[in-house]
Amino acid sequence: MYHKSDVVVVGAGGAGLMAALELAGKADVAVLSKVYPTRSHTGTAQGGVCAALGNMEEDHWEWHSFDTVKGGDYLCDQDAVDVLCQTAIDNIYHLEHLGLPFNRTPDGLIAQRFFGGHTKDYGKAPVHRACYAADRTGHMILQTLYQNCIRQNVRFYDEYHLLDLIINDGVCQGVVALELRTGEIHTFHAPAVLFATGGYGRVYKITSNALTYTGDGVAIAIRHGVPIEDPEFFQFHPTGIYKMGILVTEGARGEGGVLRNRTGERFMERYAPTLLDLAPRDMISRDIYLEVREGRGIDGKDYVHLDLTQLDPAVVHEKLPDITDFVETYLGIDPTKQMIPVQPTAHYAMGGIPTDVDGRVVVDEKNTPLPGFYAAGECACVSVHGANRLGTNSLLDITVFGQRSARHILRFLKEGQHLPLPPEADGPARAEVSRVLSSTGEEKVAVLRAELQQCMDDNAGVMRDAEKLRTARSKLVELRERFTHIGIQDRGLTYNTDLTEALETGNLLDIAETIVLGALNREESRGGHYREDFPKRDDAHFLKHTLIKRVDGKLSLGYKPVVITRFQPKERTY
Amino acid sequence: MKVELSIKRFDPDQDEASHTEVYGVEIEPTDRVLDALNQVKWYQDGTLTYRRSCAHGICGSDAMRINGLNRLACKTLIKELGSKISIEPLLGFTVIKDLMVDFDHFFDLYKSVKPYLINYDPTPAKERLQSPEQREAFDDTTKCILCAACTTSCPPFWSDPNFVGPAALVNAHRFIFDSRDQGGAERLEILNGREGVWRCRTVFNCTQACPRDIKITKAIEQIKRLVLFNRV
Ligand SMILES: Cc1cc2nc3c(=O)[nH]c(=O)nc-3n(C[C@H](O)[C@H](O)[C@H](O)COP(=O)(O)OP(=O)(O)OC[C@H]3O[C@@H](n4cnc5c(N)ncnc54)[C@H](O)[C@@H]3O)c2cc1C
Ligand code: FES
Repeated sequence: MYHKSDVVVVGAGGAGLMAALELAGKADVAVLSKVYPTRSHTGTAQGGVCAALGNMEEDHWEWHSFDTVKGGDYLCDQDAVDVLCQTAIDNIYHLEHLGLPFNRTPDGLIAQRFFGGHTKDYGKAPVHRACYAADRTGHMILQTLYQNCIRQNVRFYDEYHLLDLIINDGVCQGVVALELRTGEIHTFHAPAVLFATGGYGRVYKITSNALTYTGDGVAIAIRHGVPIEDPEFFQFHPTGIYKMGILVTEGARGEGGVLRNRTGERFMERYAPTLLDLAPRDMISRDIYLEVREGRGIDGKDYVHLDLTQLDPAVVHEKLPDITDFVETYLGIDPTKQMIPVQPTAHYAMGGIPTDVDGRVVVDEKNTPLPGFYAAGECACVSVHGANRLGTNSLLDITVFGQRSARHILRFLKEGQHLPLPPEADGPARAEVSRVLSSTGEEKVAVLRAELQQCMDDNAGVMRDAEKLRTARSKLVELRERFTHIGIQDRGLTYNTDLTEALETGNLLDIAETIVLGALNREESRGGHYREDFPKRDDAHFLKHTLIKRVDGKLSLGYKPVVITRFQPKERTY
Repeated sequence: MKVELSIKRFDPDQDEASHTEVYGVEIEPTDRVLDALNQVKWYQDGTLTYRRSCAHGICGSDAMRINGLNRLACKTLIKELGSKISIEPLLGFTVIKDLMVDFDHFFDLYKSVKPYLINYDPTPAKERLQSPEQREAFDDTTKCILCAACTTSCPPFWSDPNFVGPAALVNAHRFIFDSRDQGGAERLEILNGREGVWRCRTVFNCTQACPRDIKITKAIEQIKRLVLFNRV
């Protein structure tokens, strides 16, 4: 079926909904999502969203900028960071006006709490900056935005799976998507397309990310020759529930929780004497790894304890009810009485589709935009997170840049026009779907995916070196070859999730290759990327963004300078 | 441990009626029912179809009838159920395929209660004030993940699919009791109508089914009292 609109937004998480809301009533918008909007991954975000409101103590957006840049190990584009941190304040008020039920101070203001890496006065001490709704901040953002979209009669195409992007003569013209319920392939023709398709944590085995977090938008962009920026920077959150990867928010440490090794020692005292358990995530994840390697994991195994037993039980129940529930459900323990076994869990993609501060996708080191193509949220790389994202800055990123993309789209639409679609714009997508639908090979998608995830955990995780990364590279070559011999069992049209899982696994493979190439090439350690064979940051050679492109089936590597304005790179200690 | 899963199956492209298929899986007692379903789908029968995303009880994708009760597959552990597990789609919605039901009607009911903040005052420069006590008044009902476990466990809803149902009532409560909201009267008029709050016969199934432990019956009672006496 053929659809025509001004804008197609792909993805109905925080970024997509924020954009849709901004566009509602001003342009004709179609919003596509492979899950019902309220099932999007934004809903799982727990801890909070930052803005220097100063509701509980003095705070300034400039301090927030500094923390973000330092947290990102100086790989952030500082002009973009300023936009993020300055806009944050109005954005939080806007969310409140839309109905978001933030927790409150006794005076009725939005309450704020500590979060990792957020400090006062350029690093002096932790600051109350994270606005929160208990430990379901993302849930409340997602609900609030969806509810307002309902109110504005936004047109949703629920359970439509993006298959392809239509780019013709260097201009973006729409997308092709599979209607899951019927198996029908639809063409959405529009001069402006916004990808808000989220991240790709499912390239790893132990992850806090949803089963649907397979980087579809990013992989589709790569296939069209759009680069991926900084894919080697992936964040491992230090406190995933042991073996399951389910997240225990940093807010738990913000409220006073501490990490302990097998001797009961609060080991962060040795690694980050000022910020302790609230040091940035990349550092704590590495420190846990070192504790484990030196035999101080619990029972000699690969995990440590998160200790909330010294907190007032009332605080735990009131401010951390969901994680209390998770820990009780999945581990059968009461976090006010027993310690929680945790290990680092793959959490957040700092890299993604390169964009400018208006969400325009830019395709080279000179930041040349691809007309009509926008990206926002975790699938995009602005880059405000640099080499390591600070907690609470992603929920901010999705609302700030979701909104800014929409505003730019409105300006763009004034000049943009509906160019006629090329013939058979949906041809490649149809061919791909029928190829998978009729596949009868002996390889099982699930087996390949499991091998991929294991390989990435083992070789491209918290600690990397050339040998591991080369192992990963050859394994990926093998997996890609085997992927051409898959066979699926479901040949039907209705909700064929056998088909979509195969497509998603193909996307994960595409992205994993870029992560490994970026990591192999970056012979230094910075933020979330740690090379044991190159343990120091090397600004002389690597203070630059990676850009990886796929040209004629082969990956090619390039770079882009980092925008540095006020904050000159310094050694990063906490 | 070895577990036998009896799953109700239906493929609209092939079947006239649903049937049950039995699968054996080897799984840990601390694994989730969702892990068992994934094992079947990934390694035994790729045609098995169900929704899932977050895998930890937050996105609301995988409510289903497990051993006769509505629960989230990702929040129910095998050890709670024993070695024989029956899995069926939610009751009261049209089954599209296997465990996938049609949610469109459910979301229409949700939308019918105006689930968004209504406030006619000029927008202030900063936040609207709300005390912690005012915020607490509707805290419980903000937890809803729209999984439909409640609505599809409700006998009045089974007999009258136009009844707005517990999930929509929970979401109406979330706004009616928000001190910043001014749409209470509009919503109460809807809820006082034929398909509104009076269809609820206080069966309590919804409260038992809620995977988020929302005290649904209590919220509905608060709405009823507000309609009758204009007080809580
Ligand atoms: C457990 C957890 C806790 C977190 N806590 C915090 C926190 O406290 N603070 C913070 O700032 N950040 C947090 N984050 C990170 C943050 O939540 C995410 O980065 C952010 O929500 C991503 O939002 P998004 O809009 O980019 O994507 P999402 O909300 O994931 O939305 C992606 C959308 O794209 C759609 N989509 C994807 N692929 C396709 C396709 N092929 N076809 C059609 N549609 C598609 C999906 O259906 C979905 O609607 C957390 C993350 C996790 C996993
Ligand atoms: S998969 Fe998200 S609630 Fe179960």
